Amino acid sequence: MDAFEPCLSVPSAELAPLTLQAWARACGEALAAGARMLTLFGRADGGDRVITTAVLQVGAGPLHLLRGLGRRGESFPSLTLAHPAVQMFERELWEQTGLVPSAHPWLKPVRFEGQRQQQMDSYPFFAVRGQQVHEVGVGPIHASVIEPGHFRFMCHGEQVHHLEIQLGYQHRGVEALLLRRPPLALSSLVESIAGDSSIAYAWAYCAAVEALAGVTVSPAADTVRGVALELERVAMHLVGLTGLATDIAFLQGGATYGRLRTAIINATMRVCGSRFGRGWLRPGGVRFGLSPALRQDLLGTLDAFAKHLAEVNGLMLGARSVRTRFEGIGSVSQQAAEDIGLQGLPARASGVALDLRCSLPGRLYTQHPVAMQLEQAGDCWARLKLRMAEIDESLRWLRRVLQAPELELGDAGLVPLGPLAPNQLCVSMREGFRGPVLQSLETGPDGRLLHYKVQDPSLLNWFGLGLALRNNEISDFPLCNKSFDLSYCGNDL
Amino acid sequence: MFKSIQVRRSQGSQFIPDPRQASPAGFRGRPLIGAAACATGCSACLAACPTRAIALDPVAIDLGRCVLCGDCEPACPSAKLSFTNDVRMAATDRHALSVSAQRPELDPVRVNAALRQRFGRSLKLRSVSAGGCNGCELEVNALSNVNFDIGRYGIDIVASPRHADGLVLTGPITRNMAQALQLCWDGMPDPKLVIAVGACAISGSPFEDSTAIDREFLGRFAPSLYVPGCPPHPLSFVCGVLDLLGIPSA
Repeated sequence: MDAFEPCLSVPSAELAPLTLQAWARACGEALAAGARMLTLFGRADGGDRVITTAVLQVGAGPLHLLRGLGRRGESFPSLTLAHPAVQMFERELWEQTGLVPSAHPWLKPVRFEGQRQQQMDSYPFFAVRGQQVHEVGVGPIHASVIEPGHFRFMCHGEQVHHLEIQLGYQHRGVEALLLRRPPLALSSLVESIAGDSSIAYAWAYCAAVEALAGVTVSPAADTVRGVALELERVAMHLVGLTGLATDIAFLQGGATYGRLRTAIINATMRVCGSRFGRGWLRPGGVRFGLSPALRQDLLGTLDAFAKHLAEVNGLMLGARSVRTRFEGIGSVSQQAAEDIGLQGLPARASGVALDLRCSLPGRLYTQHPVAMQLEQAGDCWARLKLRMAEIDESLRWLRRVLQAPELELGDAGLVPLGPLAPNQLCVSMREGFRGPVLQSLETGPDGRLLHYKVQDPSLLNWFGLGLALRNNEISDFPLCNKSFDLSYCGNDL
Repeated sequence: MFKSIQVRRSQGSQFIPDPRQASPAGFRGRPLIGAAACATGCSACLAACPTRAIALDPVAIDLGRCVLCGDCEPACPSAKLSFTNDVRMAATDRHALSVSAQRPELDPVRVNAALRQRFGRSLKLRSVSAGGCNGCELEVNALSNVNFDIGRYGIDIVASPRHADGLVLTGPITRNMAQALQLCWDGMPDPKLVIAVGACAISGSPFEDSTAIDREFLGRFAPSLYVPGCPPHPLSFVCGVLDLLGIPSA
């Protein structure tokens, strides 16, 4: 089987648009035949024309694009009723372009952008009615140091019937800003879209502009990017574990995971100057290679880290107080996860075998494969254990690559990029610690960017958090929230 | 029990004994602008800077805008720009956040006698992210971990604005968050102060041109301390606050 790159660039002219109705029908047929919708978005074409793009994939096959053409305000039959996984895409399409998915069951703003800014008070919440029924609203500002978002719990007694999540407070207008600067000068901005996933975002962006400029980076640069991404994954999974331990007052876990993360992000800083990997990746390669001395430094850090991590993981997993608090809490079944299109770590915790590093491995992960980690139960305990397993797998991968004597990583370097190819659409993805980070760039006749679409895995996964909380108690919310560990600004853009 | 003792043994002592003396290896911190003359008509650094942090004649870098990405360093044909690992970048005055060849270091943060008297032994801070990308938020969180441990200086992050003496502001202030930020500030008892953390909070930096931000709040309430970076190193914050309140660090 071919190993496809998580990046596809095609001339826009090859994507003859269907009418909006035919496009919606074709999307529905593809989904019914078992394809997954990776993304669906639209862009206004100057006037009132809207061009829609759906990106689909069957199994680990190649990416498949479907284009449609409609007019602002035009309706099409919503796909959500038959395929709930596209519910958020349709809402976003409606909010951003004015196309109307008719009969969508909850056509609500995703992030209050454009004309809807500062109308946060107008969100049309679901309401529960009846005796002993009450609602609890939390946020946007929360008790801890965390991004803002509003959560509304609809409860019967102690039992949560539904959690509705209203986001948009973090909306910074990222997609519009990305069009206002030269396409090769966007690295810093891209690194700040979701600043805890700087590497995943920067890599997807770099790969996209490289594909559009017709440049292939050196295998060494690819490998160094892979090292950067796994260091980010380890560090951010440790943030999740710190939060999970702290939220159940397992303080030794919280303190230990916290300082273990410091060791990893300080190692990242010794390579590239930033604890978050800012400035490491740039179009054309990487600004900082891994000299033999740095590789030894990283390997030494990882050795000490792995020993101490195994100890605290053993302590946490062996404590009955921890296990009883997490087990059976916030369950999402595999069926539900597939139905709502859950992505990344929360999906894998529910037994959904999806990881871009395996489903679209490309050159790097074909040469240095990653073993996909899975859990089946779909509860907080499964998401906790999966974080630990994914850190262990990242450590194995990092050590294998850093120890390989045949790999020369010191002089990875930057290949200069020329202008981007005109009239081209490029979809580029990377598996960040939360799941697939997707960016789609389209160039116009002069090679400048016409459209820049950004999609964080959180866009779909927030709905999964709402589902996880059903029939649990409000006191379970912190655990569920931390175990999903989703991005607010990644959703709000 | 034995597992717990083993974890504790491995933990050892993790705190940084004196944050003012710490020198984080590899950190891309305060920029250093060399004295070499620029090539005639050259503006390569300006073109490389993603946040308009650089001014020419003479070359100066505004740390309130700089995201410390380092893209200017390789762009300069005269090798005039480099970065030190100095974390001491906080300032009490927005205009003081500029470095140049003539003025390579920032003025030390002056002790504010009034703030020192009020908060020198106990400062409770409420953090509000108003469009922060979770970079600054994670570094503000790190202030309380066992490495940086600001609790030892009587500085704590608290949950309620009612309990807070100061607001730690991160993010460029989105229009969608402006009202909630104001409500939080109004809920804090006087006297109170604002600490602007990160390039976004200080100037809007990478998001400065966005139509989705609203920075009016900072027009009404000037920060007592600016902590530059993207995100700032926790030590920049710790040293800045300790200096502002005149708290000894060792």
